[in-house]
Amino acid sequence: MAVTDLPRGLTQERPRGTWVERIPVAYWVVGVILVLMPLLANDFILYQVFGWAFILGMIALSLMFLAGYGGMVSLVQMSVAGMAGYMVAIFGTSAIDTISLGWAWYVAIPVAILVAVIFGTLAGALAVRTEGIYTIMITLAIASAFFYFTRQNYIIFNGFSGFNGVLPPQLFGVDWREAVPFYYLTLFWAFVAYCAVLYVSRAPFGLALQGVRDNPRRMRALGFNVTAHRIAAYSFAAAIAGVAGILLTWQSAQISPGTAGVGPVIDILIIAVVGGLRHPVGPFIGALIYVVLSTFAIDILVGLGLGAERFRLLIGLGFLLIVFFSPDGVLGLYRQWRESRRRDPLAGGDGP
Amino acid sequence: MNTSVADRLAATGTANALELRGVTRMFGALAALSDINLTVKPGERRAVLGSNGAGKTTLFNCITGDFPPTSGTIRLFGEDVTSFPPYERIRRGLRRTYQISLLFTGLSVVDNVYLACRGVSRHRFSLFRPRRDDALMASALDLVEAVHLTEARETMVSDLSYGQQRQLEVALALAGAPRFVLFDEPAAGLSPTERRELIEILTGLPSHMGYIIIEHDMDVALRVSESVTMMHNGRIFKEGKPAEIENDPEVQALYLGGGDG
Repeated sequence: MAVTDLPRGLTQERPRGTWVERIPVAYWVVGVILVLMPLLANDFILYQVFGWAFILGMIALSLMFLAGYGGMVSLVQMSVAGMAGYMVAIFGTSAIDTISLGWAWYVAIPVAILVAVIFGTLAGALAVRTEGIYTIMITLAIASAFFYFTRQNYIIFNGFSGFNGVLPPQLFGVDWREAVPFYYLTLFWAFVAYCAVLYVSRAPFGLALQGVRDNPRRMRALGFNVTAHRIAAYSFAAAIAGVAGILLTWQSAQISPGTAGVGPVIDILIIAVVGGLRHPVGPFIGALIYVVLSTFAIDILVGLGLGAERFRLLIGLGFLLIVFFSPDGVLGLYRQWRESRRRDPLAGGDGP
Repeated sequence: MNTSVADRLAATGTANALELRGVTRMFGALAALSDINLTVKPGERRAVLGSNGAGKTTLFNCITGDFPPTSGTIRLFGEDVTSFPPYERIRRGLRRTYQISLLFTGLSVVDNVYLACRGVSRHRFSLFRPRRDDALMASALDLVEAVHLTEARETMVSDLSYGQQRQLEVALALAGAPRFVLFDEPAAGLSPTERRELIEILTGLPSHMGYIIIEHDMDVALRVSESVTMMHNGRIFKEGKPAEIENDPEVQALYLGGGDG
């Protein structure tokens, strides 16, 4: 390749053509299937399976951004989502009209996301001074504190029962809690979040974050304020988790302490790890597996004559199997399979 | 407002590149550096010699702020930077390389250098990808070429040879507009050819760019420096021209193994 091609962008040998032509065929196929899904699937699948999977995928994506690019395993992302859900209920409308302020959606939603970002940033500011297992511990502590605080505070968070009747605005005359509109709403935001993470990972901010992950000391010696960079990563992740938290609240029309309890907090970690932390598509794969398992495991268990409450056993077994065979989650399994196919069985090494 | 003589000298650009006064660094009861006084003029090229444990790398760590001195002051181009975090010193034109390469192994060569260029420029937090004609990208590619890594520019750093990693280490320190560079044994482990290339790079640096180089290879050290500081047990033992140091009987006895070895 001639030297005059330079510079072509950052790393990776990319084929020529516009950015549209560079997208692999598989992505187009998946994209078309997702857009046409309402023709194939019933309302339950659209709303309870895909809608939920996109939302959980976004929350897990915010964890993947921190863990995969920043090397920071944060368990606070579900709480950030919960905070956004609470704020949209408090500033907007809900059935608890003694607390809800009833602001218009175009004020309530940005304020809710802003509060979630501030919360995520503060949690990050506490967590970034620690490393490894201590980051997990401190973010888990913040998540637990958030759970207990929302459960015990009745003035703002309405305690144990939380808020119900939290509905999306009837924008463009559409009821966004109908299955098809909600499917497209969640698909749209999941797509935006996915593209944002993919784009930022190659932008200076994302590159620097990966530099901080690989070698914080050297980053300081290159002129980077490592602490500020890590905190900013928490802010960016909190924005994604915040949007997802509002969608999650709309999906069930309610938010309560249990939404961001310790169980869901751990579920987000499981989703991200099962899917794979190396690429932003991983959390969505993990979320789909998790949602399908937790939706249909009950039917399978009941069919086998077992108690329905044991569906977590199936999820746990699936988690164990995937992590056992591939530390990189489902994405890692896929990569192993592709590489084994490419290998020439006679000569070894890469095939033609 | 502070109007000390040193600050006014800094403003006129006539201050020393580096000025250490009474710098001491303790590790528990061990004085890794004791009462170091060192002055380096702008554009001066100095070698620091000394046996293992003499405090050479500790000296670098104190100058860059990787860890702060226990006592004493450090002035960079006249400005007191003793309490500054490392990144503030780097943004003022200081650079360093590491004795054991500290690179971003999960990124490609050009991304490593691009990060170095980005670190000393604005928009470090930019969420927008650089354009094709991005000036920083161009300077990163120039640097990659300067250290003979153009062929390997898209290679992951983890896949580079040892010598290539050492060359990349030098490239990272030359990003942006360095005014003073600390090279920590850049030639360690290099082949004779790579050593020659390194000497060419060092002697080819613009004359306003001073540096301190720690180097065990006397052949390299004396060819790329115009003055020499000998360190021993955390103290400065001798300072002088390369020829004086080479012929000094005390130095020979201590370091060059001229005596009974």
